[in-house]
Amino acid sequence: MSTVAKDRTARGALTHPDVTRLDDVNRDVLKPLTGPPGKGWWMMLALCGAGIGMFFGAWGWQMYRGIGVSGLNAPVGWGVYITTFVFWVGIAHSGTLISAILFLFRAPWRQSIYRAAEAMTVFAVMTAGLFPLIHVGRLWHAYWLIPYPNSRFLWPNFKSPLVWDVFAVTTYFTVSAVFFYLGTIPDVAAARDRAVGLRKKLYQVISLGWQGTDRQWHHFGKAYIFLAALATPLVLSVHSVVSWDFAMSIVPGWHATIFAPYFVAGAIFSGVGMVITLTVPMRKFFGLEAYLTTKHYDAMAKLCLLTSMIVLYAYMSEFFMAWYSGEEIERTAFWNRLFGDYWWATWIMLVCNGMVPIMLWFKRVRHSIPALFVISIFINIGMWFERFVIVVTSLHHEYEPFAWGMYRPSVTEMMIMVGSFAWFGFWFLLFTRLLPPIAIQELKEVLPPPMRKQKEAH
Amino acid sequence: MSTGLLASYEYLDSTVDAIEELKKAGFKVKAYAPYPEHHIEDALGYGQSPVRVWTLVGGLTGAATGLAFTTWTSVDWPLIVGGKPIVSIPAFVPIIFEMTVLFGALSTVIGLFILSRLPDVKPAVVYDPEFTAGRYGVYVEAGSDRVDEARKIMNAQEPIELREGEGEDDA
Repeated sequence: MSTVAKDRTARGALTHPDVTRLDDVNRDVLKPLTGPPGKGWWMMLALCGAGIGMFFGAWGWQMYRGIGVSGLNAPVGWGVYITTFVFWVGIAHSGTLISAILFLFRAPWRQSIYRAAEAMTVFAVMTAGLFPLIHVGRLWHAYWLIPYPNSRFLWPNFKSPLVWDVFAVTTYFTVSAVFFYLGTIPDVAAARDRAVGLRKKLYQVISLGWQGTDRQWHHFGKAYIFLAALATPLVLSVHSVVSWDFAMSIVPGWHATIFAPYFVAGAIFSGVGMVITLTVPMRKFFGLEAYLTTKHYDAMAKLCLLTSMIVLYAYMSEFFMAWYSGEEIERTAFWNRLFGDYWWATWIMLVCNGMVPIMLWFKRVRHSIPALFVISIFINIGMWFERFVIVVTSLHHEYEPFAWGMYRPSVTEMMIMVGSFAWFGFWFLLFTRLLPPIAIQELKEVLPPPMRKQKEAH
Repeated sequence: MSTGLLASYEYLDSTVDAIEELKKAGFKVKAYAPYPEHHIEDALGYGQSPVRVWTLVGGLTGAATGLAFTTWTSVDWPLIVGGKPIVSIPAFVPIIFEMTVLFGALSTVIGLFILSRLPDVKPAVVYDPEFTAGRYGVYVEAGSDRVDEARKIMNAQEPIELREGEGEDDA
């Protein structure tokens, strides 16, 4: 039996100094679920509620008046809606990276973060999924996206990247929601065993009668590994497919083979930034400092730094290739990005994604949680502008000079864009109060197990 | 229904020792833990989980479905798009891939539910809420003829609690 203790330490577990007993984890993690939420939480929820009202109000106005209330017109037919769609799909990616890819790599720091990151993934895809529906204008025709034959038995064109995208995003939403739900089952069972009244009933339903028997754990562990193994290539494929929505066309600035890896790196960059933005207030509000330590933030900051360098390299390579190709149209497109009508968007993108993260080279910055919080906001802004630059500056300045034109987002579009953050925040706030925000069972796995023989030896 | 004994332990080594002793004596043992503990699984002698077969079959079904669906719909109304062949496999790869992942993931979950008997709506008789907090549990089926022998083995590892209960036969 002495092998048990030795084996556990050999796993390189990241233990938390304030937490020694298994049931300490339940006490701390379930606290936000049982105690009063506090004024701050209610204020945030009210703010998000108001934002959702604005979101659906603006969308309703657009449905009533038609897509003309947006700034979309020839030549810029894709604007803030597609920008925000790509932004939210990108945000989703780091959740799957942390929960699936780092799970397969056995990175010990992921345990505390992954539940919140996974929840973020599900809600971000829920938000992103609304934007194609908003963008099509006539919502009542949105079911045309579903692959079914029309009245003359003509099927959708499966050679089109837009149809690939429907498959990729719906698969991603389904699989990430299932993966998230499966991981919460044992933790909701833990919450069920402590809850009373209506909450107990709710958790009883969600946890499906989980008891933690040997048989359940045995199959659960294997199923979880296989789901992680399926989610890993999925996450890389989804943003590649999103990038092909652009790269498969011949628009200057879009038609590039670098797009898939460039988009995936950008997605992880923005997503890890968003995880920092969300978990810094969460750990403060709910007193989870023992579980989300500077070690975790240091690791996330390093991930941001790496992906920021990949993204910056992709920018440089795009500019270089435009020049090196000798193609006049391509050169003009990229000159126009830097010094054209939308120069400010490009420079916001370059500063936020390429320059600000340079600070993460310094350990003092990586270990300062307020500094990371501020940098993560810059990353969020920068990555939204990156998509804006890709979508708008390429379309407004295509081949024929007579077809050039300007795009200005309308108030309706801005209201829907801002409102989407409220919609996302609303679900995340509910998550922090209804589900254990940190994976209880995985934290227990890295704690030293209670041993009678060690105790007697003392 | 069968009668048996349910013990809850505070320590992992006591739990594993109790399981090993009970197995040696020829009892049918069921264990509870607050997290996946492979020492308990090892003591109970688990092999490979058949969940992997569900994943493989689901994934292959998805790939076949994706390929058949895209090919059939293209041949059903042949229309040249983008100068590509009617059946253009490279363009169908993203669809085939997504269907592989979707079917594989869903069949993994269905397999898990069937194999681990979830959802379990029957009220838990042999259970202690502490098993999701910090205690390990051992349940052993024992008729009246062997109950004293089981009790002796379980008590040797100093359980926090030991009680008699009735459990389902298949669990």
